[in-house]
Parts: sequence; structure tokens; C-alpha cells
Amino acid sequence: MSILVILEQRGGAWNRMSFETLAAAVQMGRELGQPVSAAVAGDRVAALAAEAAAYKVEKVYAIEHELLARYTADAYTAALEQLIRSVGPDLVLLPHTYRVRDFAPKLATRFGRVLVSDAVGHRIEDGRPVLVRQLFQGKLNADLRFTSAAPNFASIQAGAYRADSLEAGVGVVESFVPELSASAIRTKPGEPFRESQRGLDLTAAGIIVSVGRGIKEKDNIHVVEQLAQALGGELAASRPICDNGWLPMERQVGSSGQTVAPKLYVAVGISGAIQHLVGMKGSKTIVAINKDENAPIFEVADYGIVGDLFEVVPALVEEIRKAKG
Amino acid sequence: MKIIVGLKQVPARDSLLRTDASGRWIDESDVAFEINEPDAYALEAGLQLKEKHGGEVVVLTVGPPRAAQSIREALAKGADRAIHVEEENLGRWDTLGIASLMARALEPEKPDLILTGLQSDDLGYGQTGVVLAELLGLPHATIIMQVEKTDGAIRVKRELEEGWFENIEIPLPALLTIQSGIAKLRYATLMGIKKAKTKEIRQVPAAGIEAAAPAVEISSVYVPHKTKQTEILKGNAQQAAAQLVERLKFGARVL
Repeated sequence: MSILVILEQRGGAWNRMSFETLAAAVQMGRELGQPVSAAVAGDRVAALAAEAAAYKVEKVYAIEHELLARYTADAYTAALEQLIRSVGPDLVLLPHTYRVRDFAPKLATRFGRVLVSDAVGHRIEDGRPVLVRQLFQGKLNADLRFTSAAPNFASIQAGAYRADSLEAGVGVVESFVPELSASAIRTKPGEPFRESQRGLDLTAAGIIVSVGRGIKEKDNIHVVEQLAQALGGELAASRPICDNGWLPMERQVGSSGQTVAPKLYVAVGISGAIQHLVGMKGSKTIVAINKDENAPIFEVADYGIVGDLFEVVPALVEEIRKAKG
Repeated sequence: MKIIVGLKQVPARDSLLRTDASGRWIDESDVAFEINEPDAYALEAGLQLKEKHGGEVVVLTVGPPRAAQSIREALAKGADRAIHVEEENLGRWDTLGIASLMARALEPEKPDLILTGLQSDDLGYGQTGVVLAELLGLPHATIIMQVEKTDGAIRVKRELEEGWFENIEIPLPALLTIQSGIAKLRYATLMGIKKAKTKEIRQVPAAGIEAAAPAVEISSVYVPHKTKQTEILKGNAQQAAAQLVERLKFGARVL
């Protein structure tokens, strides 16, 4: 009985979600009385594996092959399939990153299993994990159980577990060299790039006012812009606003935009889909203004106003100006 | 190019959702349904590729008879024909089961390219497309923002985290999952709606097919328990705004 965590690195740098997932595994392992091991793949990852082994894990597998230098679904799936068949874990946990979304369903299919993707929590029932995940864009939650024999697969949502809960330990690094052939890799990825030099660093802002679908049209953006000005904060947006070109992409908060944690985050007309929440739920104080009292954004808000943003926002601008004198 | 577009019908975005008597799914009786938004973008990407390079766009849907309405909508927007795998009880299949039904329905088709949305707005697993690619032995790429056809291959722009992208070259046949926002969605024209009535929908009944034992099951669906104490500020806009400013000034001390 064991849990295996697949950690993620790119070019020698960790994806920070790796350690949140490791924290989830360590917690589950403790509750189930199961040992936890980890694995990291790349062309040279021994040093990274040693770093991971300084946490409370039994083993860290350094999966090394020159064909793993750049991510491809074919090579990563093949390498991890070989490791899993050799190690035989009961549960494989992965961080729910863009890369994991690309290969983990394929990996689970190799074992005739289904990945429980984007889990936000868990509990143990009858000695088995029950995973919690969101449905309908966060409006409802569901409990999921594995109904198959080992191995089972799940990925963990960003921010669902705290990496700083990890305790130090002494794990053993073990090298694993998969058999891979270049001819079996069908896709050719290029060098990652950014569209344009991003001028705006939202992570430096102390106050952010963010606008979503509720604003209805581009010509209404100024309503929310005035609130940002009154508060002395930056204007930001959820994805659909940037997709429509109403605000530049550099102002997008969420999984595909920037991850922010200002002292004040005001979400205006944003329903609070998971993709947005992961980018802002670490904010110190969150205010939500939305006409739908059931919108998931209220799940993370400290203060909420249920109402028409076109009435509430101008009133708020007026009150802030009064308060600031 | 023969392009298959996987399309799911899901509850409309602004639906009020209640759990059903079993507590394991929603009560669908009062719910309106629509095309899963990411799949609408997959359809748009498929139609634009066809307009540029010729060929055929075939919609593939697994769902109950009500899904035919969404299929007609896709045909009205310009898809050439459709395959409807009819299944009243979607709950008896897990993702692998649904992808297997799709793979089986595609056996006589020999597509060059399969497109799906990157995830569904209801279950949101984000993996049916990738599983289908694996079952069919096709290369795939996910979360695609741009597709360009080259000679016997495609070049796609894949979205990565935090504003990063990468270009990938993939030989055909292949499967892509499409990100919302890849192109502007079109509306069906009156002429399109008229034409859709005569377009072929191949029915593939799933009722007789024995489902493999699911690997995962939903044991309960419920309204999320609040983990944070949210103070809802009452009154009219002016009153609520005044209370909020007071809280921000003296409680959170951010003003």
C-alpha cells in the first residue's frame, strides 16, 4: 500500500503546485498509514530529487532520460507508465497543472483507470480515500470514490493544500531510467514563449478591482475603472473579458493569467469559476459584488453585496470618496 | 480534411441547480440545456478550418434524445452531418466509458482531425478528448489557442500557465482540445437553420452496449459547505456601500 506523487519541474525549476500535492499525499498517507514516495522526470533531475527527498517521503525517484528534456505527452506517459508498473503504488497523485491536464488522462487510460481531476479536498471512509471535486463551475461539489483496484489516479487543485505544512525528513533518492525511443514521440514542441513583454505586474498591487462577465459590454468597463481609481488600485479582469478584447490579456487574473494575493481584492460581476478563484483566493480581504447570491465567488469572499453592479459600484465610489475626504 | 467535433449538451450556464432524489446528480426536470461552451469553440475552429482547406465537419455527441436539439444547432451553424450516440443514462458510464462509445462510433469514419472543447461546464473533468485520443492511438495536444494546417501535419499554439505559450507540430490524424476564446463564435443564419433540417444524423444506440464497470463513481452531489464566513451587506446599494466602506476602513483596515 503506497502513494506516489508526480512532482513537476521545467528547466530545473519546480512548479510550486508540486509541493501542495506532496502535502496532500503526506496528509493522506498519515491518515491511511501508507508510505509516500515521489517522482520527478527530466533529463537531469538528481539535484531536484535530492531537494524533494528532504521532506517526509520514503523515496524520490529521479526519472532521467534525454528524451524527457522537453515535455511531450508521449515520452512522459511512457516514462511514468514504466515507473508505476515497476513501483506499484495504490494511488498516484499529481498537481493539476496544464501539463498534467495534457498527459494524466492518457496515463490513467493505459491502466484502464479514470483520473479524478482537480480535487479540492479529501476524507477517509472505511480506510479508503474519498475525493471532493467541484461540478458545474463550482456551483456544486461531488464526492468521488475509486471503484477499481490499484493503481488509481487523482490530480490536486492549486491552493487546495498548503505546502508549508510539509515537515523535514530523510528520503532516499533512487534513479529510474525508462526505455524511450525518439520514434515513438509524435509531437514536436517548440520553445515556450510569451506573447508580448508583459508590462504590468499585478502581483505587486496592494489593491485590485477585477471585472467579469457581469459588466455585459466593453463600454461599461469605465464603471469599474472608477472604483479602481477611487481605491487607488489596479484594474484586472476574469478570462472572458480579456478573450473579448475588452481589457488587455496582461490584466487577466486566474490560472491562465496572473496569480495575485493583494491586501484587498474586489470582484465585480465575476461568478467565480475555479479558473479565476485559483488566481486570487489567497488575497487577504476579498469583496464580491454580484447579482446572483449563489455565485461561487461568495464562497471565498469576506464581504459580499448581492445586487446590480451598475447601482452598487457608483454608490461605492461615492462612499469611498467621502471616507477618504 | 475530415474533421470530427465532439460536442456535449450541458445545463445552461445560469441554471438554478438542485440535487435529485438520489443525491448523486442534479434534478434535470426544470433545467434548460445548451451546447457546452468550450465545445462551441471547438466547432467554430472546425468550421473555420473547413472553410479554409475544404472537407467536412461531423459532429459527434453522446447523450440522451434531448441532445438532438444541440446537434441541430451545430448543423445550423454549418456542420455537415452528425453522429448521435443515444444514451438515456449517462451516469452508468465513466469518462473512459464515454470515450469508448465515441471511439466505437468513429470506427467507420477515418477522420483527419478530432476537436473537442477543453472541458465540460458540468462535470469539468477535462479529459474525454485526451482519453479518446489514447483509445484511437492518435497524438494529441490540449488547451489549444490556434490551429494552422501544414503539409500532412498541423502547427498548434498551446496555452501554458501564467501567460506562456508553446507551438507544437503534430502529424495528422490527431486530436486537439480547444480553449475558449480561440475565435469569435458565429450565429446560425436562417438559411443555416433551414438546411440543418435535411442534414443527416446517424443514430447509434448505446442502450444495448454493456458498460464496463466504472473505475470511479460519484457517491454524492451537494452544495459546497462554506469554508469562509462571508458577511453579506444588506440594504439598498447606498446602504450596502456605506457598510462596506466602514468594514474596509475599520475592520480590514485597507482604506
